[in-house]
Amino acid sequence: MSNPAETSGVPITLTINGSRQELTVDPWVTLLDLLREHLLLTGTKKGCDQGQCGACTVLVDGKRINSCLVLAVARDGAEISTIEGLADGEHLHPVQAAFIERDAFQCGYCTPGQICSAVGLLGEGHARTRAEIREQMSGNLCRCGAYTNIADAIEDVMHQQSVAREAAE
Amino acid sequence: MNRFEYVRAGSVGEAIEALAGAPDARALAGGTNLVDLMKYDVAKPSRVVDINRLPLKDFAETSSGGLRIGALVTNSEVAWDPRVVKRYPLLSSAILAGASPQLRNAATTGGNLLQRTRCYYFYDPSTSCNKRSPGSGCAAIGGINRIHAILGMSDDCIAVHPSDMCVALAALDATVHVEGPNGPRVIPFAEFHRLPAHEPQRDNTMQPGELIIAVELPPSDFGSNHTYLKVRDRLSYAFALVSVAAALRMESGVIAEARLALGGVAHRPWRDRTAEEMLRNQKPDESQFSRCADEVLRDAKGQGGNDFKIELARRTIVRALRQAAAGTPQVQSDKTIS
Repeated sequence: MSNPAETSGVPITLTINGSRQELTVDPWVTLLDLLREHLLLTGTKKGCDQGQCGACTVLVDGKRINSCLVLAVARDGAEISTIEGLADGEHLHPVQAAFIERDAFQCGYCTPGQICSAVGLLGEGHARTRAEIREQMSGNLCRCGAYTNIADAIEDVMHQQSVAREAAE
Repeated sequence: MNRFEYVRAGSVGEAIEALAGAPDARALAGGTNLVDLMKYDVAKPSRVVDINRLPLKDFAETSSGGLRIGALVTNSEVAWDPRVVKRYPLLSSAILAGASPQLRNAATTGGNLLQRTRCYYFYDPSTSCNKRSPGSGCAAIGGINRIHAILGMSDDCIAVHPSDMCVALAALDATVHVEGPNGPRVIPFAEFHRLPAHEPQRDNTMQPGELIIAVELPPSDFGSNHTYLKVRDRLSYAFALVSVAAALRMESGVIAEARLALGGVAHRPWRDRTAEEMLRNQKPDESQFSRCADEVLRDAKGQGGNDFKIELARRTIVRALRQAAAGTPQVQSDKTIS
């Protein structure tokens, strides 16, 4: 049904993986579709497209969210980090390295979302125990069932970070 | 998703004007429920009013010793706020029992109050639903209804309100500050959500064009005598089959005041002041808790698929009161129930 007042082509600015981009998007385009279909950043996955699986998790202004449930226009001015932006050149992000070390995936489809979610979890700093890691990673489903190794990988990075903090003190 | 007019409101006045100007306009905050409903064609607003730039992120002490939470403060910000953790741990716990960290990072205080039922028929436009299409009937009555209401339902709707946060807000006697074309007003939490009766399309008592500005918490002194106990189909990240927010003010080993609110059982967070009153001046023991649970559930009625919820609710109330009396609130990352 056409709507006489229908809006199209809203100008917005997003900083995506450190690069500032001036974009024009229709208001019904989700951040996920903008990333995948318009900017060809296909590392972020579309699983359920309903906020139930977490495969689309990205960091917006440092906080993990489901990119499938946010309209891109509503985040005008935000800084977005996707899986493509986590590594520092050839150096993997510690969470990426830990996922490889711990074999924390099988098919890999949920992995970008799992890794972005884990980076968000570590930044929040509310998880201290394995039970808390499991609870705070509950927004990311893995149909292969790699949960045990995912929790191992995150525990490893938490341990590395606490060792590094103690060394710095 | 339908096409719509996008309005980015620069002030509360602009937002109210834009909302009042189109009967089916919707306010967009975190988007976690509205965008989902739009993808299913359950919500098809002709106008979406983006309120994310409004100055509704205040989160401050009130002169009466409570807290005022702006409508755009996210669920995560509320749950982890040190003042909330210390003075309103029941609210923090209820929020952390709901959704996932990603959703809580985007979802807002106002949006949580306005989220809609997860009744599968409401979500499926190919079925009849009086909430989605008034007058079309209710496919849940006589259909698959294991998640549906056991209290306060009508012949037109047996949907339940899905929020965890709102169950705690009901127990804590919060108030909702709204503003609309006729100015601001304050709605007690118990009067904010409504029972379905013959208008299940109306989830709450807000008027057209009104916008939630803030939620206010009065001072609270339940100490550690509280709990939010949520029972669901899996250990995390699922809506409640039954949840119970309990808070007791204990004086010399006696219950001086009891608050009890249930989620997952009715069209709104369910509070029963008669049952609460039964606990006043009583010693906290199992027989009192059982009597209280029986009182809450005196009019409970199953629909076939959800008959089990009546006994589940009874047991959850008793367990929650036991936890609250002992001062051992449920920890949401602990998947065992004491």
